[in-house]
Amino acid sequence: MERVEFISEEQAIINEDGTRTETMMLNMGPQHPATHGVLRIVLHLDGEMVVKAVPYIGYLHRGIEKLCEHITYQQCLPYTDRMDYIASICNNIGYILTVEKLLGIENEIPERAKTTEVILFELGRIESHLVGIGTNALDLGAMSAFLYCFKERERIYDILETICGARLTTSYPRVGGLPLDLPEKFKEMVRNFLKIFPTTLNEVENLLTRNKIWIERTKGVAVISAEDAVDLGLTGPALRGSGVPYDVRKATPYLGYENYDFEVPVANEGDAYSRYLCRMEEMNQSLKIIQQAIDNLPDGPYIADLPDIVLPEKELTYTRMESLIRHFVIVYEGFKPPAGEVQHAVENPKGELSYYLISDGSGKPYRMRVRGPSFVNMQALSQMVEGSLVADVIAAIGSLDIVLGEIDR
Amino acid sequence: MSFDAEQTTTLLTKEFPQNILDTKEYRGETTLVVSKEQILNICSYLKDQLDFTFLADLTAVDYLEVKFPRYEVVYHIHRFGPECEENVRIRLKAELAEGDIKIDSVTPVWRGADWLEREVYDMFGIEFAGHPDLRRILLPEDYGPFPLRKDFDVRNREASKRSFENALEEGAD
Repeated sequence: MERVEFISEEQAIINEDGTRTETMMLNMGPQHPATHGVLRIVLHLDGEMVVKAVPYIGYLHRGIEKLCEHITYQQCLPYTDRMDYIASICNNIGYILTVEKLLGIENEIPERAKTTEVILFELGRIESHLVGIGTNALDLGAMSAFLYCFKERERIYDILETICGARLTTSYPRVGGLPLDLPEKFKEMVRNFLKIFPTTLNEVENLLTRNKIWIERTKGVAVISAEDAVDLGLTGPALRGSGVPYDVRKATPYLGYENYDFEVPVANEGDAYSRYLCRMEEMNQSLKIIQQAIDNLPDGPYIADLPDIVLPEKELTYTRMESLIRHFVIVYEGFKPPAGEVQHAVENPKGELSYYLISDGSGKPYRMRVRGPSFVNMQALSQMVEGSLVADVIAAIGSLDIVLGEIDR
Repeated sequence: MSFDAEQTTTLLTKEFPQNILDTKEYRGETTLVVSKEQILNICSYLKDQLDFTFLADLTAVDYLEVKFPRYEVVYHIHRFGPECEENVRIRLKAELAEGDIKIDSVTPVWRGADWLEREVYDMFGIEFAGHPDLRRILLPEDYGPFPLRKDFDVRNREASKRSFENALEEGAD
């Protein structure tokens, strides 16, 4: 096993007076609050300057891809929200959309379910950006912005709790639509959130955007150019902060995103401050989308009428033999997509999340591959921090907004 | 003139007539099976001539006892087009037979392939020739077996135990 030498001999320089100049190795993590999970970075330092940064990941590896090969398509759903647990609902929806594509039933999904999923997806994005900005600010010493962010995040959790009973790991939508109809107060809660949230967003903006300390800690820090960002495969605010306007919602629309009026915010500097600006503006755009969606939320069925795939109503399962049999077959064997393979990408708050599913015609996925945005974005860290100060490493990690549950899967 | 996956297929087939082995279309996605010897050339051509600048995903699949050759390395390659408005995505597949699981690394074309290839090596044991730093990424270096292979026994905890004990011993030093 490779062991990191405390002082690398070959890098030592012998000075004229016989003294030696060496870089120092500093082990940052795995248990370090500013690494947002269990991330270890080995830093080679020349005084305060980072000469080399090598990230080590995998401390949270659970083998989700392997686990999913042994369970039915519906059973995979709870695993997906344990990846990016900051925006678990977005992972759920991404997975459901992939299975629906594999089954070829995208056109059967009722409008009510699609519109609700758009609302939830954007709420998830706001939730994730609040955590991203809040913790980034917290790491750099701005405690109050963090508290403002987390206060609003609580409201989103309340909405999620109302619709599905869970706050963090939602496992909410089902293949074909929603498991339950929306509670009556859902609309009111979302509208209430839409009314209150802009005030808080404004407060956070007042606290940070023109704050001299915040600007000095983030402007010109962790810079990545547009070419490098594309070459490294960055997506999400990390890519748009460098001036590339790629957003999956616009590029290959899903859930009817092409019908909503919103813009893709772009900033050109490629530094931590640009990524922050992108996230702030994205929250505004998400509010716009939620407003349009809640105004046009149609009534009608919330789940598709597909007897082979969708479970029968609970009432019928208890009272009719045919429904009970159907229920049993779907739960026990799973529905069986035709043999084939699909990849489906969604714009997660952190970047492009895509699932690649291969079906062999049985009730279990032959292979499920998750391309998580954090995993790929994390690659840029070394380049971002080499040649900068140790304190900027914290700003860089925070501005990339990674979540280790998804990196390690 | 807009650019689409069909055009990509035509151009690729023209440029590499011997090496595009199969073309498939399923649920609106284009899959090209290419020969593994030419993967680096094909990828360079896609990037330099056809402007596929973004490697969306790189992974592998094990088809043990399902088909021959056993492994497939799968590339999802994306073209933004001007102003990110075209968005063509194609899937390339290179087949690897058991006993010769080695393929050229595409890191010279897209640097982002670095960790993705390391993950494939970690999970399948597929070697990427020319990769700058081919080490395990998620699992411990001394883990041993490759878990996403279909013949991996999930109930066998020996490898995990051994890695854990090694780590404890190392910590005790």
